[in-house]
Amino acid sequence: METTIEHNCEQVVNNNHTMTPTIYRVEKNRRDTHDTFTLHLSPEDQPLETVYEPGQFNMLYAFGVGEVPISISGDTTEWPKLVHTIRAVGSVTNALQSLATGDSIGVRGPYGKPWPVEATKGKDIILVAGGIGLAPLRPAIYQILHNRESYGKVILLYGSRRPLDILFRKELEKWRSRLDMFVDVTVDSSDRNWNGNVGVVPRLIDTANFDPIDTAAFVCGPEVMMRFTAMALNKRGVSSDNIYVSLERNMKCGVGLCGHCQMSNQFICKDGPVYTYSQVRETVLIREI
Amino acid sequence: MGTTNKALEKKINKKISKSVTSDFQIGDNFCIDIKELDSIFTALKEKSFDLIGPTVKEQTIAFDQIESVKDLPEGYTDEQSPGIYRVKKTDSKTLFNFTTGSNSLKKYLYPPHHTLWTASRNKGNFTVKENIPNLKPLAIIGLRACDLKAMFVQDRVLTQGEYKDSYYQLRRNSLFIVAVNCSRSVSTCFCTSMGSGPSVTNDFDLALTELITNTTHKFRLEVGSDKGLDVVKNLKFKAATNKELNDAKEVIKKTTNSITRQLDLHHLDVILKGSHDHKIWDEIGKECLNCGNCTMACPTCFCHTLEDTTDLTGSTAQRTRRWDSCFTIEFSYLHGGSVRTSSGARYRHWMTHKLATWIEQFDMSGCVGCGRCITWCPVGIDITEVAQTLRQTVLDEAHAVAWEEI
Repeated sequence: METTIEHNCEQVVNNNHTMTPTIYRVEKNRRDTHDTFTLHLSPEDQPLETVYEPGQFNMLYAFGVGEVPISISGDTTEWPKLVHTIRAVGSVTNALQSLATGDSIGVRGPYGKPWPVEATKGKDIILVAGGIGLAPLRPAIYQILHNRESYGKVILLYGSRRPLDILFRKELEKWRSRLDMFVDVTVDSSDRNWNGNVGVVPRLIDTANFDPIDTAAFVCGPEVMMRFTAMALNKRGVSSDNIYVSLERNMKCGVGLCGHCQMSNQFICKDGPVYTYSQVRETVLIREI
Repeated sequence: MGTTNKALEKKINKKISKSVTSDFQIGDNFCIDIKELDSIFTALKEKSFDLIGPTVKEQTIAFDQIESVKDLPEGYTDEQSPGIYRVKKTDSKTLFNFTTGSNSLKKYLYPPHHTLWTASRNKGNFTVKENIPNLKPLAIIGLRACDLKAMFVQDRVLTQGEYKDSYYQLRRNSLFIVAVNCSRSVSTCFCTSMGSGPSVTNDFDLALTELITNTTHKFRLEVGSDKGLDVVKNLKFKAATNKELNDAKEVIKKTTNSITRQLDLHHLDVILKGSHDHKIWDEIGKECLNCGNCTMACPTCFCHTLEDTTDLTGSTAQRTRRWDSCFTIEFSYLHGGSVRTSSGARYRHWMTHKLATWIEQFDMSGCVGCGRCITWCPVGIDITEVAQTLRQTVLDEAHAVAWEEI
């Protein structure tokens, strides 16, 4: 019934843009940990129309296999280049892992609400990441460090399951060597080569040095980790209005039209994924919401 | 004095404009017979519309392509109740003496399967080409008030948000609507509660009311838009007499009075949002088959999934948009498991969306009272009954608290 024809239907072309991937090329596919890799992409022809912000995500398409929502993990000043850090857990992410330099990849985006990096200027910033949750926070770290003088204290607390799961280890070490930033890392369970902290990441909050009244917290990780982190921050006196979390749901379209990522009255893909903790505190506690 | 002059001036102007331009204008009413109805169909076809109308199909009345009034379900009527749908043939000559069928306009504006684009690969590289369908404009015949309201709801969801559905928009822009006022209702209808029917009030191009007696068979025809005017202006129809207009009013009044099912909307959104722990969800979860019929039959449900496929050689791939249902376990799947694993939680999600969170998202209800989810549920789960049970619980609890305070 439907035929693919060349006639120019401007309206369709304009609007359907949101559903049609833009082609990017893999510049570099670098392995981060045993199951995580980072893709460096550059546009083949036209780049994505919108400049991206920290905390936003793109839909990445592996030819014939499918599409997955992946947060941008690179420096936003490098636009139109894109960096995505991905854990290979399913068919699409495994296909993406096997991409080589020069291969094509489909990209739609950027989608979602970003971390409020601009709006929190002047405050102490505490970034708390769990596992691969460090990837969506990295663009925010870059942006904060580019404008370091605009912020108070900057603290990064990172937790991973095991030492071998630590993401961006070299970069963490580099940041830790800075005198204008405090970085601490913990693992849930250690091995014989690990001499650092052992325990869950919310525990690091108790001893961190920041001004609770004038602090913005960016938290990203598994939902339960974000909940306990927010509770620990609350206990230190940080208001839930100043705690930002990034939620994860099944995203298919990325533009709030397919319904998959809906949680209560929110389409996480377009209304989120970044929310203040006060916006979602009640909702995330409802069973199977 | 001033107002009288103005009123007079208006009257004269109206007369002049009527006599100078055309005899017809929006809001005019005509009375036509079957032949004249067919002439509207012919006029639409001449304007290159494909006609979609109610037909008898697989023992239901469903929208499908039609050519003339001969294809309409003459004499057919329907019986509907929770979990039950039957069509019946009668000796009557009626063309629209039934209510909502198994499908709605959604199928045409927002197709169940739609290819978005195709990609072709050359080694590691590929290109993507959008699928731009060659669409013929559609004229929908016999659209009911509830389905018209459903279209209005889908317009809001799919074309007035941050992101728009271009296929829907294209279909919608070229759509011609010949609505029909319901001359009967079935037990699952509750459009009166939702303020959507049984008569059409706006958003149509032409609207019909079937007027049938032992000896006569006529239709009141109302013109609702310029597009509608354009189709009928050369057809030389007779203006409807006061009696015919009154007869049409009576038909609608009779239908309105026949609708007994109600959905009490008073604070229903608050009740629903506060009832996520209610035991009724577990009870429904045991009954519900998770078949997704309600979401497929619902004229406003818009959830879809995106499917990627390749041909056997692996050189071309395509992405298809397909209707999806929040009743499947995969719907909320996230690595590690689904968010809504229990059947009750999925029904709760669907119903709370329809009647509560939808209002927060789109400033209108997601339900139009067509009753399809009740009729087409194989186990007859009734959204109006569930709403009443939740309301009763809140009332009972408030009552208990009030007694304690005494």
